[in-house]
Amino acid sequence: MSETSKIEIRSLRKSFGSNEVLKNINLDVAKGGVVALIGPSGSGKSTLLRCINLLVTPDGGSVRVGDTRFQFGEGAKLPDVRTLARFRATTGMVFQHFNLFPHMTTLQNVMEGPVTVRRMAKADAEKLARAQLIKVGLAEKADQYPATLSGGQKQRVAIARALAMEPDVMLFDEATSALDPELVGEVLAVIQQLASEGMTMVIVTHEIAFAREVADRLIFMRDGIVVEEGPARQVIDTPREAATRAFLSHFHRTGALPPATTAS
Amino acid sequence: MYQWDFGILWSYRWLFLNGLGVTVGFTVVIVVCGLLFGLLGAFGTLSRFRALRLLALTFIEAFRCTPILVQLIWFYYALPILAGVEMTPITASALALSLYGGSFYSEIIRGGIVSIDKGQSEAGAALGMTPGQSMRRIVLPQAIKRMIPALMNQSIIQFKNTSLVSVLAVPDLVYQSQVAAHDSYRPLETYTAVAVAYAAILIPLTILVRRGEKRLAVGE
Repeated sequence: MSETSKIEIRSLRKSFGSNEVLKNINLDVAKGGVVALIGPSGSGKSTLLRCINLLVTPDGGSVRVGDTRFQFGEGAKLPDVRTLARFRATTGMVFQHFNLFPHMTTLQNVMEGPVTVRRMAKADAEKLARAQLIKVGLAEKADQYPATLSGGQKQRVAIARALAMEPDVMLFDEATSALDPELVGEVLAVIQQLASEGMTMVIVTHEIAFAREVADRLIFMRDGIVVEEGPARQVIDTPREAATRAFLSHFHRTGALPPATTAS
Repeated sequence: MYQWDFGILWSYRWLFLNGLGVTVGFTVVIVVCGLLFGLLGAFGTLSRFRALRLLALTFIEAFRCTPILVQLIWFYYALPILAGVEMTPITASALALSLYGGSFYSEIIRGGIVSIDKGQSEAGAALGMTPGQSMRRIVLPQAIKRMIPALMNQSIIQFKNTSLVSVLAVPDLVYQSQVAAHDSYRPLETYTAVAVAYAAILIPLTILVRRGEKRLAVGE
């Protein structure tokens, strides 16, 4: 698998002070694969996600996305800021709290990456940004400021902003956890569409039913280790580990996805 | 009963105007230089490097925690002896006031920058921005809006602090009015007029800034 995998994580370790958050994590994501990371809060799943685009610097192990590989730990030199920036430009990330730029319109938010990072001409960036906004169903909100949008709309803009960098992989950090329940569906619908287009994705989520539908592999983490890993449906429907069973018992595992009420 | 006679000041009008010109010009210089020092100080305190942080902090506290009047006198009389550089009263007082203002601006600018949610610079980094790019494009534009009221406040204080340069015989508005007061034996009228002159410049300015703040608040 490692020959063809898009993301490869080996022996990853991370501590915050004396708190060991990630203990020897290994992870492979195939090209076009969708991996869901689930687990209780404090399990390290968000930290693992943030190690993939190096928003969090690991203490040891290695991270590879595409052809770029970084080694961490004893004797390994930390990558400089320019190398890091170039690397992150190839991975898109969507945050729990959207983190849209409030001083820019929706369109400017989506154009920001292409213009500032990729040095794209304004006109080209605008064309690209408008196309991304159409894709997430928010073309008519282009000139509005984020403050005027609903949570679901904000998150869709955030997805468009990440997609405008035309990344190889997309990372979702609890993208629907801050949303009102009735707004979850519209965001999940966009993520599902990306999955069907073959985008490589790692999704940290509490939406178990969604993970079952969209992810092909599922990883259950607890206390900084991978407790169970396998095909999403198999892990959710017939978990092997007691810890996984205990965690999943808090959720409705099957059933319809939350309705994607609107596309606008 | 004291007989007020403001008419007598008219004959000193050129002296006052001269002094006012020096005061305003001086303020522009020390606000601009002060902001520059402030920016350096703020980035210093936020630096990744410990030595830079320490240096910036020392600068800020040294100037924040000593009286400006003492600094002015010290820069003019003591620094030349210590460092062997002669300075005109104007240079010495411009330097002292810029550094003094800069120490306060530093804290305002630093406070503005750290008040911006960490998620903002993370989102910039996730897009592939360098720390410099995300500071310029994402953090500073938002932080400056928050800093403006405090920066304005500090600049008003700077404007009024220029009155202290008269102790080094810099011919500002206060210095010239001292001359006028001695000459006319009318200190009450003279200083009343000076107070009115300061207020007449500052009050319209504060109104202008208040309007500007409202315009800047778009989109929040």
